[in-house]
Amino acid sequence: MTTPPAPTDPARTGLAAAAPAPALDARLVVERGGFSLDLALNAASGEVVALLGPNGAGKTTALRALAGLAPLTGGHLRLDGEVLEDPGARVRVPTERRPVGVVFQDYLLFPHLSALDNVAFGLRAHGRSKAEARAHAHEWLDRVGLAAHARSRPRALSGGQAQRVALARALAPRPRLLLLDEPMAALDARTRLEVRTTLRRHLAAFEAVAVLVTHDPLDAMVLADRLVVLEHGRAVQEGAPADIARHPRSDYIARLVGLNLFRGTAHGHDVTLDRADGAEGADGELVLTAADAGDGPVFAAFPPAAVTVHRTRPDTSARNQWPVTVLGMERHGDQVRLDLSGPLRLTADLTPASVADLGISEGSEVWAAVKASQTRAYPA
Amino acid sequence: MSDERDAVTDGRGEVTGGEQSSPVPARQHDRLKRWGRDRARAPRVGGRPWALLVPAVVGLAFLVLPFVGLLVRAPWRAMPELLSGDTVLPALRLSLTTATAATAVSLVLGVPLAWLLARTDFPGRRLARTLVTLPLVMPPVVGGVALLLVLGRNGIIGRWLDSAFGVTLPFTTAGVVVAEAFVAMPFLVLSVEGALRGADTRYEEAALTLGASRFQVFRRVTLPLIAPGVGAGAVLAWARALGEFGATITFAGNFPGTTQTLPLAVYLSLQDSPDAAVALSLVLLAVSLAVLLALRGRWTTGAQA
Repeated sequence: MTTPPAPTDPARTGLAAAAPAPALDARLVVERGGFSLDLALNAASGEVVALLGPNGAGKTTALRALAGLAPLTGGHLRLDGEVLEDPGARVRVPTERRPVGVVFQDYLLFPHLSALDNVAFGLRAHGRSKAEARAHAHEWLDRVGLAAHARSRPRALSGGQAQRVALARALAPRPRLLLLDEPMAALDARTRLEVRTTLRRHLAAFEAVAVLVTHDPLDAMVLADRLVVLEHGRAVQEGAPADIARHPRSDYIARLVGLNLFRGTAHGHDVTLDRADGAEGADGELVLTAADAGDGPVFAAFPPAAVTVHRTRPDTSARNQWPVTVLGMERHGDQVRLDLSGPLRLTADLTPASVADLGISEGSEVWAAVKASQTRAYPA
Repeated sequence: MSDERDAVTDGRGEVTGGEQSSPVPARQHDRLKRWGRDRARAPRVGGRPWALLVPAVVGLAFLVLPFVGLLVRAPWRAMPELLSGDTVLPALRLSLTTATAATAVSLVLGVPLAWLLARTDFPGRRLARTLVTLPLVMPPVVGGVALLLVLGRNGIIGRWLDSAFGVTLPFTTAGVVVAEAFVAMPFLVLSVEGALRGADTRYEEAALTLGASRFQVFRRVTLPLIAPGVGAGAVLAWARALGEFGATITFAGNFPGTTQTLPLAVYLSLQDSPDAAVALSLVLLAVSLAVLLALRGRWTTGAQA
């Protein structure tokens, strides 16, 4: 593999000179049919990046592009300084020669091989002798706690066990890029918890770059150091899990982390909301008072627990209150989550006791108030 | 819709006997409906549709009676003597070895060909696929003539084989294998191609990500996954090769010991000793039955799984 001349991109070359080059340096451009993915993805060694997004956002396409299973139509892909793909320079390292390991969504353990031979497969493909590969595979199975199941066929393994074999199989050839496609999606809730813990331990110990695709925010928050939120083939937000959870920039994330999110324009503590957020009725400006002062376009977000519900208009001069209709009620943990519609569309969490006290049901007309102290505003 | 209602009525008739007039409670009716659907595979012959039944029975008889006749008229007493004659054993041995060799040739060439047809896209692929299946529908005699024209001593390739290597195929045992492989290979190719199309290619992708070369992927992942299809194709090809007549007699002739296979021996002995023909036919019938049982027992169910 000869390294082609670096593409002429002044921004990147300038950046490369300033900071050490990231282990994974990619801009994944895949145009196919009506779908287009354009995602810049950088990661340092030892970092776990989660691609989070709704179905059809392009997460799996991005993963397949990294693995070389879907050719790039543009952009580039470099790993540890080596160019793996660069359509502009007609460079493309085929999948089998990329130092990647993949844990597929439904694991795809080879049904005709034992757990041991599944793990040994990659080692043998890399030229190790059968005995050596098996001995090494045994160590890996031991590491994921499945030494006793070495001889089992995949169909005899439980979902959680199969997931761990798949992880061992992907890790055994020591990839420099580990890709995980919805690693928990096929598991039931109880197994998830246990597998998430195992996976977290192995990812933390993994010294190279790991990219995780998921639509489950909890998986992403627990497993990843950094989240990239993908919608319609584009990154809409990127950052540490806690930041994203606190300051979502899209409805999708706000819903996932259970926040009410609105766009608006801030003048000090007052946020004048844009009227496109499913609002109905009510004329005039809709103003929300926030804890943070700002100026210009902002996001305003508050948790459902910050919403209080009253039978009549609360006797205060505060502004954050609106007449609303209860559209739906459902249990959410030990709370009842209300879907409220009025000048604003919001969700509120109440205790079952207060729901009973208020005597509300679907269709009830009530007043909703939001505590300004729990409303965050941050630049959009 | 009406089929389903029929099944329900049938089910109820089975279970409740003569209670058809009494209304069935809703829940029980549901259960019966499900029951009826489970049993729908073997429904009762209710209205006796003679227009279907009569030809069906005639058809069954037409296919089965010849074998019954064979069994009835078989000279059972003389069987050991007939089968130990000096034509039967050499012919049987030749048939078995050439059919096995033809199957081996079909496997070596046919599996990659099936892969080419199923997994690659090249101009003329559909035409190639049609040509591959041609020997299935073509009279084998025509195949024999065609082989003679290409591989015969004066054939296009045959002449070169003769002058360059001193190899002549027509009227040799190798020629028998060639003729049998020619008619049998399409069965294998179609069976393997079907299995390849049905196989989950994501396993192959998984193998690629583990660093396996394309050939390693084929050998260590694809082939084991389609093994049932390959097995079924091999059995079919073997059975077809064993029964080959037309192409063999045209291309390889009928020399006892070298090219006279069992079907040829049956046909020829019919002229001078019909009893021997019957005995030989029984041997072939037994082999075919064994193949059929093997197919039903293992390969077909395996291929569906």
